[in-house]
Amino acid sequence: MKGSEAIIESLKAAGVEVVFGLPGGMVIPLYDALYDSDLKHFLVRHEQGAAHMADGYARATGKVGVCVATSGPGATNLVTGIANAYMDSTPMVAITGQARSDLIGTDAFQEADITGITEPIVKHSYLIKNPKDIPRIFKEAFYIASTGRPGPVLIDIPSDIQLADIDYKPAGKINLPGYKPTLKGHKKQILSAAKAIAAAEKPVIYAGGGIITAGAEKELMAIAKLMKIPVTTTLMGLGCFPENNDLSLGMLGMHGTGYANYAVTHSDLLIGVGARFDDRVTGKLATFAKHARKIHIDMDPAEISKNVAIDIPIVGDARDVLAGILAELKTMKREPRKTAAWLDQVIAWKKKHPLHFKDEKGSIMPQYVIEEINRITRSDAIICTDVGQHQMWSALFYTHVKPRHFVSSGGLGTMGFGFPAAIGAKVGCPDKTVIDVAGDGSFQMNIQELATAVCYDIPVVVCILNNGFLGMVRQWQELFWNKRYSATVIECQPDFAAVADAYGALGIEITDKKDVGDAIRTAIKAKRPAVLDFHVKQEENVFPMVPAGKSIDEMIGGHKS
Amino acid sequence: MKHTLSVLVENKPGVLARVAGLFARRGFNINSLAVGITEDPDISRMTITVDAEEHPIEQVTKQLHKLINVIKITDLDPDRTVARELALVKVKSDAKTRAEVMQLAEIFRASILDVSKKTLTIEITGTYEKIDALEQLLQPHGVVEIVRTGRIAIERGEK
Ligand SMILES: Cc1ncc(C[n+]2csc(CCOP(=O)(O)OP(=O)(O)O)c2C)c(N)n1
Ligand SMILES: [Mg+2]
Repeated sequence: MKGSEAIIESLKAAGVEVVFGLPGGMVIPLYDALYDSDLKHFLVRHEQGAAHMADGYARATGKVGVCVATSGPGATNLVTGIANAYMDSTPMVAITGQARSDLIGTDAFQEADITGITEPIVKHSYLIKNPKDIPRIFKEAFYIASTGRPGPVLIDIPSDIQLADIDYKPAGKINLPGYKPTLKGHKKQILSAAKAIAAAEKPVIYAGGGIITAGAEKELMAIAKLMKIPVTTTLMGLGCFPENNDLSLGMLGMHGTGYANYAVTHSDLLIGVGARFDDRVTGKLATFAKHARKIHIDMDPAEISKNVAIDIPIVGDARDVLAGILAELKTMKREPRKTAAWLDQVIAWKKKHPLHFKDEKGSIMPQYVIEEINRITRSDAIICTDVGQHQMWSALFYTHVKPRHFVSSGGLGTMGFGFPAAIGAKVGCPDKTVIDVAGDGSFQMNIQELATAVCYDIPVVVCILNNGFLGMVRQWQELFWNKRYSATVIECQPDFAAVADAYGALGIEITDKKDVGDAIRTAIKAKRPAVLDFHVKQEENVFPMVPAGKSIDEMIGGHKS
Repeated sequence: MKHTLSVLVENKPGVLARVAGLFARRGFNINSLAVGITEDPDISRMTITVDAEEHPIEQVTKQLHKLINVIKITDLDPDRTVARELALVKVKSDAKTRAEVMQLAEIFRASILDVSKKTLTIEITGTYEKIDALEQLLQPHGVVEIVRTGRIAIERGEK
């Protein structure tokens, strides 16, 4: 068997069904093997698109996403997508072609040291030097990508390795002496956490993407309900706790809700689960939840006490640990009204500082578009986003009720992520309505994937909140830089509906508020790729907002006037 | 504070780059680094000395642990560790001063590796401090070149 065929066999052994990629000289052998296989390959128009599609596919399904690129420029085009997956802990395997083994190190045509380039942004990487290692390396790669704290793994394969004849044997047992993720939480720590929770009067759960990775939503809900604890989530955690539940505080942090930020600030116990105390969440570290004891449950020991000192650390799988804490709590004497006064306070904050926006006559408010999407999809669509104001409005004004239904670039903040991620999500979940809320700036960073969506008939609905600006940067310039709009006006904007039409997608331009709902319904019903170009109010801001370096309770625009 | 980390790694290509890169990325300066294979040829040991003034060392050891090829990390306790370095020193020395330099070397149990008309090359093994001390005593004669290995270290006792 050829090395390339062994790659296909290894992919199948790992349960791979779909692959996103674009060929080139150094992966022709692999693509030749792919030609005869029953793996479904999606030809993209730019390799960055392939990486984000694999990422979106992984986030929506929980499976490992796979992308393929040729050596040199193909591989370097994946870099942003790999970094994005790394920052948000997405399970992904990126396969790159490489110059022939005997040419490596000679600046051969299209040679790039991609394992070196990606070293800081992968969970692990391999350069295959012996074709016999193919089955083992692929098995390890999928195992590493999907277990522990997930992340991207890169496999670089010189063309001669793909061509070599090997005696294919399925990989044996995995032997990685340096890789043993801790799954089970420490019993004593679990007990300490349960005691602290039972004793708390003003507890808050701060839940992140780790809940979704671990599938710990039920355990989270059970603890919150049993102990009457309000729950705030990070951007990555949206959907892990239903926002239509009274205990939900929505998102916290720089663009979090007022009530989430106040609750965290005044809490006496903060229970962080599968979240990493990122600076967009904590604001000024010295004052973050300063009255609270802190419990931190995380898969990754390196996250514990990295930014914020933790009183009760528990390393382990969120589901296992929460189940352990729940079991302990059930055996303890509990005072059912212990948090009653605290919940009253939270309700008062919710009343006083609700999420809101001012409707303006003659304008389509961007928040209104999100509310309409929410109404029409009954909070049940997979919402993907790009990066900017529209992303924050999607986080705030859509009601997130299910895990794996919000796909957004959190850690890296990658403009151009949303659309290809939506394509990947739709490929993984063909029965779901998949909406990409895009910025007029961001969408143009991977607009070429319209061809991919049309070609394979992947009916995602792109809703551009077209404000004519790189809006989030403009907002900072307005608030902190004297309204000097340096390079944030997007001039020479194309006619997005016409562009969509030219690609063979449905394009609709919406300039009147009364047409918003109809356009969304039409696009969803069309069952083909669609681009809705909403001309929204241009200089609208995302509020509340915690200015950089401030405490999270020092929000601007948090009060309803 | 200076730490001596003894890191067992899989003997695979790219491991050194991964480890060194991680220190740089996380804001730690490596003072010295020595790598060699162990009693098991599939496993290498890196002995790394690093200053942890600005950031706590745990952050970098935890990050190191995340590298798939890193098997074990020990932050060696100086009181329970024997550590050695080796240095080769080429010092100016002619017929007039040769005896004096050789005497210095002898006091430090260093050996003479090479003699030329105008220089002597000395090999010295010892702790960091001992090597520094000899170097200082040789300075007035004129040190032409000094080549030092990184520190290697082993725990005292039976295990
Ligand atoms: C690739 C990339 N380049 C630059 C930025 C910096 N940036 C963050 S938000 C933003 C504006 C995005 O504009 P748009 O997509 O129109 O969204 P809006 O904020 O207007 O909703 C920019 C430029 C980024 N996050 N990613
Ligand atoms: Mg915009």
